[in-house]
Amino acid sequence: MKALKKSLAVLLGADPQKPIPDDFTIEAHAMHAVQRADKGRIQLLLAELEEKKTKGKPPEKWRRRRWSVLILVNLLFVLSYSLDIQVLEGALTASRFVGFHMADLNSALQVMLAYKQVLINLLIGTVTVLIFWWVLGGRTFCSWVCPYHLLAEWAEMIHEYLEKKKIVRDHPFDRRVRTLLWLVFALLAFVTGYTVFETISPTGILSRALIYGPGIALVWVLFLLLVEIFYSRRAWCRYACPIGLTYGVVGAFSPLKVTYYLDACFHEGECRKVCEVPHVLDMVIKGRATDVNMNIGADCTHCGRCVDACPTGSLNLKFKGLGDIFQ
Amino acid sequence: MTAKRARKPRSRRNFLRTAVMGIGVIGSALLGYLPVLGSAKRRIRPPGALDEHEFLASCIKCGQCVQVCPVEAIKLADIDEGFAIGTPYIETRNQACDFSCDGLQCVLACPTGALTHAINYSHETEMGWARVVRPDLCLAAQGLRFKGQARGPAFEGLLRYAEIDRWNPIRVSEYDYDLEVCDLCVRQCPIEIRRAQCDAGKPPSGDTNQCPPKPAISLESDAAGRLLPVIHDGCVGCGVCEMICPVEPAVLVMDWDRSAGVTA
Repeated sequence: MKALKKSLAVLLGADPQKPIPDDFTIEAHAMHAVQRADKGRIQLLLAELEEKKTKGKPPEKWRRRRWSVLILVNLLFVLSYSLDIQVLEGALTASRFVGFHMADLNSALQVMLAYKQVLINLLIGTVTVLIFWWVLGGRTFCSWVCPYHLLAEWAEMIHEYLEKKKIVRDHPFDRRVRTLLWLVFALLAFVTGYTVFETISPTGILSRALIYGPGIALVWVLFLLLVEIFYSRRAWCRYACPIGLTYGVVGAFSPLKVTYYLDACFHEGECRKVCEVPHVLDMVIKGRATDVNMNIGADCTHCGRCVDACPTGSLNLKFKGLGDIFQ
Repeated sequence: MTAKRARKPRSRRNFLRTAVMGIGVIGSALLGYLPVLGSAKRRIRPPGALDEHEFLASCIKCGQCVQVCPVEAIKLADIDEGFAIGTPYIETRNQACDFSCDGLQCVLACPTGALTHAINYSHETEMGWARVVRPDLCLAAQGLRFKGQARGPAFEGLLRYAEIDRWNPIRVSEYDYDLEVCDLCVRQCPIEIRRAQCDAGKPPSGDTNQCPPKPAISLESDAAGRLLPVIHDGCVGCGVCEMICPVEPAVLVMDWDRSAGVTA
């Protein structure tokens, strides 16, 4: 319960709090003590870093899987229309999968607030998608399905390259602004009776552009990508997108989590470097983990990049009650 | 102390930067208000569309209506239409809705009821209203015959010709007409076609509910004795008359509002 509260607070924009002594379990306390005393660990760490230098980057298995799924899902949308195979009809805002209604939670919410009536088909679609993403972990939608996420990852690669060349610098925003934007867009939908957010939603714009053909709305998407390349790394997904927050809340109660194992961790922070939402990985900082196994919070998109980046296998995707998912 | 002092301007900059971003995002979205405020560019919406404001509120911008339309009459609005982005419309001159699906497939496909599920038949729709705007160009008014392809060989618009293929619409350019006096707008009107079928005792799908109760269009002589299309109460604004009109620009246009049209 306490972990859930913390996870939601961080999702809404609070900075992760440094734990107080009472927060630690006896096991975690003991393990931290052992790690502090174990000078050999530092030798091991140095050796590992040396080895990494020669071996190069570890393969990004999860990223490959994820990109395949993301491209496949969006391709299914495209082919369902262009080849008329009718498997996944519609766009990401609302669709039918072999006839069953699905509705994006944020789009459905905007429509419900603006229209103030809920048709049974929309309700069925919304509940179906709610259950689906509750099982698969909320923001999993972001990194495994959203087409903007993929473009943003490519923009991030360019940003990182330019940052290394000291051409650009990352300008972080206050993360609380996403919660504020979510509230403002919900309020605007209710008051104006228009689905105001859909006008600028890069997810909807891109999904429709892929399926029905490109339009000038792509200029807005391009603008967002340029901001992310030259000004602020992963800005839209990190600080702005209300869709991410909607799915984040769903994911807070999800059985799918990235799990952290303190015993294997060397605290070198490779995971936080690749993470889109590094505030969820606060416990990997030396001395912060309050338990020996911990679940990563609701803002996590289950992209698996930390799992790939961790040299010691301290992070893994896990279904509650089912154990580790294959590596 | 020095550390604290050094941090303060940074956090202020962070706050300002965040404020600019937040206002920028909301402001960009609110720019979408402008195109829907002025009703200058109102669109003909697909069958069953609610009143414009309710329609924009309830449409989830998914395009499922686009996908089921057999003549691909439905297009989606771009970002220049603001809050209406992703909403379906019909450009009747290029491709009208000819009801060749018979069952109002777009209405059935709509997940939110933005195309209201309360209607079942073509004559119950109110997409708009045809209006004769260029009577002088009308071939019938000039007593001219019409021979050939209604819109020329390059026109890509589709229409169902029940006598050729009941189930598959074909290109208008594949159909050769030879008419003593041009009556294309009346001849191809989906409402009038259904009325004729019903009069002949053969309602579509054998269902008398499909029979439109009121006429939509007919050729009538005006005071000067010219034959001209006259629009009646049964017109639903499907736009087939505008699409099929062989002169350029068309004699008829679609108004989105019934009250803007002429009644007879």
